[in-house]
Amino acid sequence: MSREAYQVPSSLGGQTAFDSGASSLDGPMVAYLCGECNARVSLKRGDQIRCKECGHRVLYKERTKRMVQFEAR
Amino acid sequence: MAPLVPSQAELDRRRLIDINLETVSNIPSTDFPGHWPGESHEWNLEKFRNEFNVEFHRNERFESSFSLVGLDASIANAFRRIVMAEVPSVAIEFVFVHNNTSVIQDEVLAQRLGLIPLKGSVDGINWMRWFKKATEDEPEGSEPADYNTIVLRLDIECTKNPNADPTETDPRKLYKNAHVYARDITFHPVGRQEQFFTGEDAIQPVNPDILIAKLRPGQKIDLEMHCIKGIGADHAKFSPVATATYRLLPDIQILRPILGEDAKKFAKCFPKGVIGLESVSQEDAAKQGSGYEGHEGETKAVVRDAFNDTVSRECLRHEEFQGKVKLGRVRDHFIFNIESTGQFESDVLFLESVKVLKLKCARWKRGLADLMR
Repeated sequence: MSREAYQVPSSLGGQTAFDSGASSLDGPMVAYLCGECNARVSLKRGDQIRCKECGHRVLYKERTKRMVQFEAR
Repeated sequence: MAPLVPSQAELDRRRLIDINLETVSNIPSTDFPGHWPGESHEWNLEKFRNEFNVEFHRNERFESSFSLVGLDASIANAFRRIVMAEVPSVAIEFVFVHNNTSVIQDEVLAQRLGLIPLKGSVDGINWMRWFKKATEDEPEGSEPADYNTIVLRLDIECTKNPNADPTETDPRKLYKNAHVYARDITFHPVGRQEQFFTGEDAIQPVNPDILIAKLRPGQKIDLEMHCIKGIGADHAKFSPVATATYRLLPDIQILRPILGEDAKKFAKCFPKGVIGLESVSQEDAAKQGSGYEGHEGETKAVVRDAFNDTVSRECLRHEEFQGKVKLGRVRDHFIFNIESTGQFESDVLFLESVKVLKLKCARWKRGLADLMR
């Protein structure tokens, strides 16, 4: 599947855990962290990938909020 | 026919392991039936009881040193191995990471946490039972409960210190919680644990200054740890000892007199206090065939305390001591050194190992009895 053909699953097809609450009709809002100023940037599908504070173009995904289990060995 | 009884000199020879310049000889023990024709080497409880001897050299809380005399190497080694690998202790086993934005990865952090030695009420730890993990054969593991799991938490966030000097470069002063130490781990008792682990007896790291991770402002670690009982054979973190070793008592015999400057040089071949320097007395000089004749008043080397010798064999390298000295180790004199990690007292640990060996023997005996049926 090409990148262009990929469709972000709509919120109608079951609310996913990744939705950060405020989802509009054209896709969920996902929070990112700016690689330059560490500001939180919320983006939806089609938004320009750019920090709203400093204009930096590298954004990082946040760590999962889920608990991860490890064995201490 | 009555069994042959070897001479005392022969018994003394058998009791020593010879340490030569480049080899070690007379290593295996021979005190078992059938080795020496005509001699009886039956194992006898009464004889063992009379000959066996325990002597403590040092007994501090977490480090003890003692001698076991009159024991076979196999038994001494069994105790050493059991104390390292089969005496249970409590350590962190499961780490549930809620958040970790530090530079150290979750799995590396979990491994580091597991190795931290813990201490707490000994009664409480002895009261705790095994936590059975689910395996492929037995998917039914035990549920965490107050008698098998201890809950610890580590919840820490690094922030900027507003009161810091602007020219400050030390991150520990510039930021709050820049270093995460073992002392930041908190204990959360559940159920009956509140009765056992109170005040000083709470579960806590033995060494509060162990560095776990380094943080920068904005980074945080939030995790929960479950500690269970385990044995060293499963993972080294469960081993209750830092070191558990034994060595054989060194033996030094001066066969022919070492006098004057040679004596001083001889003493320098050994650690301090092992070889003493004395002057040849009138009696020594008067004794025929002792080698001291006509040397009254000169200094001679005498063995003062072979216990502290490292058996470096340095003295065997020198021409002038050739044939004058014999090094050895006493085959059945084991000098144990047990250093606890801090959960149990070191002398208790050795007694625990005896208990474990007894249990093993009982199981073996039961197995034999079942075979006979």
